[in-house]
Amino acid sequence: MDRPPARVARAACAALGLALAGLGSAAAEEESPQPIRPEVERRPINLAAIDTEDFELGVFFGVLSIEDFGSNLVYGARLAYHVSERLFVEAALGRSKGDKTSYERLSGSAELLSDSDRELTYYNLSLGFNLLPGEAFPLKGWAFNSQLYLIAGAGSTRFAGDDAFTVNFGAGYRFLATDWLALHLDVRDHMFDVDLLGENKLTHNLELTAGLTVFF
Amino acid sequence: MFRKSFFLVGLLLWLALALLAACPHARAAETVRVADPYIELRTGPGVGYPIFYVIDKGEPVTVLKRRTDWFKVRAPGGQEGWVHHQQLARTLDDDGQTVAIPEPGIGDYSQRRWEMGVLGGDFSGARLISVYLGYAFSDNLSLELSLGHAVGSHSGNSLGNVNLTHRPFPDWRVQPFALIGVGILHTTPSTTLIRSEDRTDTTLQAGLGLQAYLSRRFLIRAEYRNHVVQMSGDDNEEIDQWQLGIAFFF
Repeated sequence: MDRPPARVARAACAALGLALAGLGSAAAEEESPQPIRPEVERRPINLAAIDTEDFELGVFFGVLSIEDFGSNLVYGARLAYHVSERLFVEAALGRSKGDKTSYERLSGSAELLSDSDRELTYYNLSLGFNLLPGEAFPLKGWAFNSQLYLIAGAGSTRFAGDDAFTVNFGAGYRFLATDWLALHLDVRDHMFDVDLLGENKLTHNLELTAGLTVFF
Repeated sequence: MFRKSFFLVGLLLWLALALLAACPHARAAETVRVADPYIELRTGPGVGYPIFYVIDKGEPVTVLKRRTDWFKVRAPGGQEGWVHHQQLARTLDDDGQTVAIPEPGIGDYSQRRWEMGVLGGDFSGARLISVYLGYAFSDNLSLELSLGHAVGSHSGNSLGNVNLTHRPFPDWRVQPFALIGVGILHTTPSTTLIRSEDRTDTTLQAGLGLQAYLSRRFLIRAEYRNHVVQMSGDDNEEIDQWQLGIAFFF
């Protein structure tokens, strides 16, 4: 009954023996290049393990002018992935708070929004293009890489208790203090509809920020 | 609220620093030898940056790090600069073999494991933005997690889905796919309407789509999903979702 498996096992043993013998004789003939081959095959994997720094993570602070609601502190975080030397994708999260409108200040009447509804949070996903890569020379003997980029994207803004689809576009300057540490200056327009007073109104909300990011 | 955000930002920064601290220990530099008459070192990782140094044939080059298509290398004299991967691909390792640089291409497309993308589209009349992460556990099947946010004139929706995607032709450049999944749909009515309660429902979904390899590690993806929202008590509601976007694999 167990004859076929036994035969297979015997055949396998024989084959293994032959293979080992063959390997041994080959090694004897050619000194040792043959056994080294597999290591050569493995080397490219080591280069693949070189630290790839295509991600950029950081924080930013600045001023956001919320249309009709004054200019206020804005802060947030952003994560970017550099696809090529020209292109990058960025996800950003920001937070600010609207002030009183001129109307509210002058009339002294009832407030348009509750305090919690004045809080503004936004997130967006954008595509950036390094338009002008270059170098900056602040002092003699000092050179820093820099990039002027254009960026545009879409996201959502929560303000006055509602979410609004938001389109953003702008430009920024990335100053690389080292290979992995960058300073940013950004100008952005966040465009979204507000229907606070019953009718939809497209608002432009300009933002000026400075940021610090690290590449990893 | 403000305190919570500061905490979040702090946490992100801490995470970045932790990653940064971990990196130099985890990665090692590699040394290769120049096979061409020379290779060019640039001051930055881009074609526009000036060449400030060349390393001659036979000299050792220490590869330090990579950014997109560029490698930062150190010359024997200590000069550090950036070399394009195409030049580095013509260098030799210690055994005289050409160094293979792993470049993403269409070959990797069919072999991909992780995939991530951003899609935009329409969710029952509302504008939808979503992100997804997929893991292919076989040639044909992958598990995908997607998060979406739809903003409409009457309500906002947040979606979270887990779905199984089947690709019958993994080797094709343009691949059709079918998916089934489950998810959660959170609906927030607009504040200009009469205040009604937020709702959270579970959904079942089925969809069809196409994705095409663009270049390097990029894909373009278009999909349609039909959600069946399981309303508590009442009838089920059906929602159509159309999306188009870009994705990359790694």
